[in-house]
Amino acid sequence: MRVLGWIYMALAYVFVFLPVAVLVAFSFQDGRLPVPPFQGFSLRWYEKVLGNDDLMAALGNSFLVAVVSSAIALVLGFLAAHALARVRLPGSVLMRGVLIAPMTVSYLIIALGLLTMFGAAGVKLSLWTVGAGHVVINLPLCFAICFAAMGDQQRSAERAARDLGAAEWQVLWHISAPMLAAPLAAAFFLSVTFSWDEFIIAFLLTRFDVTLPVEIWSMLRSGLSPATNAVGSLVFLVSVTLVVALELLVFRRAK
Amino acid sequence: MTAGVSVRGVSQRYGGALALDDVSLEIMAGEFVVLLGPSGCGKTTLLNLIGGFAEPTRGQVLIGGKDMAGVAPKERPTTTVFQDYALFPHMSLAENVGFGLRMRGVAKAERMARAEEMLALVGLDGRGDRRPHELSGGQRQRVALARALAVSPDVLLLDEPLGALDLKLRRAMQDELKAIQRRVGTTFVHVTHDQEEAMGIADRIVVMNGGKIEDQGPPREVYMRPKSLFAAGFMGEVNRIKVKGGVSALGMMAVPDGVLCIRPEAISTAGALRLGPCRVRDAAFFGGYVRAHVVPVAAPDMVLVVHLPQGAEVAEGQVLDLGASAHVVL
Amino acid sequence: MTLEAKERRLGWGLVAPALVWTGAFFVLPFVAMLALSFAHMEGRTVVHGFGAGNYVRAFTDWTMVKALVNSLEITVLVTVVSVVLAYPLAAIIAFRVPARWQRLALLMAVLPFWTSYVVRSYSWLLVLGQNGVVNKTLLGLGLIAEPLEIASTRTATVIGFVHFFVMLLTLTIYANLIQLSPNYMRAAQDLGAGRWQTFRHVVLPLTLPGVVTGAFLTFVLCIGDYITPQILGGNAELTLPQLIMLQMGRSGNFPLASALSVVLMGVVTLAYFLSARWLRLDRL
Repeated sequence: MRVLGWIYMALAYVFVFLPVAVLVAFSFQDGRLPVPPFQGFSLRWYEKVLGNDDLMAALGNSFLVAVVSSAIALVLGFLAAHALARVRLPGSVLMRGVLIAPMTVSYLIIALGLLTMFGAAGVKLSLWTVGAGHVVINLPLCFAICFAAMGDQQRSAERAARDLGAAEWQVLWHISAPMLAAPLAAAFFLSVTFSWDEFIIAFLLTRFDVTLPVEIWSMLRSGLSPATNAVGSLVFLVSVTLVVALELLVFRRAK
Repeated sequence: MTAGVSVRGVSQRYGGALALDDVSLEIMAGEFVVLLGPSGCGKTTLLNLIGGFAEPTRGQVLIGGKDMAGVAPKERPTTTVFQDYALFPHMSLAENVGFGLRMRGVAKAERMARAEEMLALVGLDGRGDRRPHELSGGQRQRVALARALAVSPDVLLLDEPLGALDLKLRRAMQDELKAIQRRVGTTFVHVTHDQEEAMGIADRIVVMNGGKIEDQGPPREVYMRPKSLFAAGFMGEVNRIKVKGGVSALGMMAVPDGVLCIRPEAISTAGALRLGPCRVRDAAFFGGYVRAHVVPVAAPDMVLVVHLPQGAEVAEGQVLDLGASAHVVL
Repeated sequence: MTLEAKERRLGWGLVAPALVWTGAFFVLPFVAMLALSFAHMEGRTVVHGFGAGNYVRAFTDWTMVKALVNSLEITVLVTVVSVVLAYPLAAIIAFRVPARWQRLALLMAVLPFWTSYVVRSYSWLLVLGQNGVVNKTLLGLGLIAEPLEIASTRTATVIGFVHFFVMLLTLTIYANLIQLSPNYMRAAQDLGAGRWQTFRHVVLPLTLPGVVTGAFLTFVLCIGDYITPQILGGNAELTLPQLIMLQMGRSGNFPLASALSVVLMGVVTLAYFLSARWLRLDRL
């Protein structure tokens, strides 16, 4: 029974890592196709990818959209969570429902809706329209994380701060936000990864300034290539570095 | 620096429940008042109304003669020491204590000096750069006190501040609290359910129950001459004997009709009000006194609690002729 | 103004930005899309109006019905398989792996989560394709004579999905398992429950809300996804999102695409109500 468990775990890890291992391995392929047999080790695809201006521009766009939209989602979510957790407002259950709702709707539908509305309103598609959509998908996440994190300890510290003369913005800035630093950071980084990785909204809501997933998508259309492997491996490397850094910085310290 | 508080005809309703029922209370400037009562009696609600964390359904709260209706906690001349201390975990002790001054726009050097001064007042001088989690419960309590006092409030509100401390520390802290109050002269309104703590620190005890004030006065007054059965029972142990027409279960008694209340320590073999012979059911040595349960010979269904002097030697079954030196009829 | 009124005004001020954003970029677009779904096409221009033609087509045109059925079949299969595979993995990490290694084990189990979504599907293509790793290995070992046709089939789509959702569900189920006080299990065993009974009567009911929430999320993400079926499944068997993209892209039929989206959302809403009893969306 015990051994069976370990075997299961090992198989699960193999399954989970198989595609990534293949992806990374064949990014070093010294040949035109990222499939067996392995023809030798080469870094030329990395060289090619890093010298690709379109790709680098898409990377910059993705980064910009991810950071800006996540920051907006975090601020809006945090303020709303603070209000709904602290102040008794009529209809607060309904408001919570509305704020969480986008989480239950497919990105495709959100994208299509925005496309329809922007089209009807004559708004030109750009990175801004993508960003607006990314705030919509990350706001519920930020709101839910902040709302869940607001415990009695914060509540009582906020009360004490008000008692000592802090205005509401001072309470938020000096007390609530620093005390919630770990969940806020987690919400922000999760949002950044979601936005960074989001395809369909970015695909439908921008024309010329594309984000990285969209650029990768257009690379795929020209068939299998170790260049795609190289991009994928680089993105993986960056994300994993971020995750490990976050794990070490935020969660270790929070304990 | 100090101000009186007037609570006038205040009622507070939470949903269907009446937490406070037409309560009026005058607190003088510089007074140390303790609101005492069981949980749910309305004492914390009353404190919240004074601090501005809630507003009364009916009635008025005045501080220093000014009506506090619509005045937020931060605008009130009150500060609070919270039951859980509510220290800011991400700030040093000095930053905690200086927080109120920071909010009032006081320059950093000045507020740090004041913070150090306040930490010295509570015996934590030189530890301003520590963080709250490095402190013991008693020390946290002191920081909370220093923080609340740093802005020189007219009225300091204390919400069961010693509740989280163990008994020994609580007794030590209550002496210190009293000394600090004498030094700063601020009006203290202190909420507790511990009557010994109340007697240890209060100029005046306000006994509350069911949203009403049952009794109030100096500790001795409330203990010795309670005005209600509830106050009598809450302030300490009491023997109750029903008397009607000068007759009780113990026989004839020259007291008015009502419930005769006698504290255990008022009963001895001396005492003017004679209770008659009583048989000792059990006795135990309690250090300062001997605590015994006795059954009056005239009333075998009744059990009286008696605190006899330290030196008294009583045996089970022994019959003592007892009397009370002090009593009150309610 | 009373304190309560002041506080309430402040509260409104703080929720307003989030509500306005959600209203402007989520509710309003949805309404616009809903309105568009009742329009129809004349040639290549949209004619606004109020007709149910698109919906009639969505439920009668065989291509559309088939896409809906495909989506439902794939999604249900993926959700069930993912939960069944992820639960034991989460349980092994939560109960077997020593406490100090658990975070690492979990981090490792979901590490590929952080590859780009598009790239992850593409990677499976490298594994499952005609010249992919699986086929080359099996051929090399002499286990098969002809390469297996896995890519561009439903199987590939399901494998790609299951890979992603096993990671997601392992995370959420682990989070639920680890919150269980070990005393529940001890108490059950103390009272005579065996391993299976403990799981069946104590652990499973207590983790059910977490599992259902994860499963619901899987359902939503899976049924609305375009990338995985498009890359791995190809065009042989269309799913609803593929069909929607096709209507928009090739034929420019936005009204029909909108109507199909509303249908898609209806399916998700139905799933929501079926699982609402156990859902804890604000406590992920």
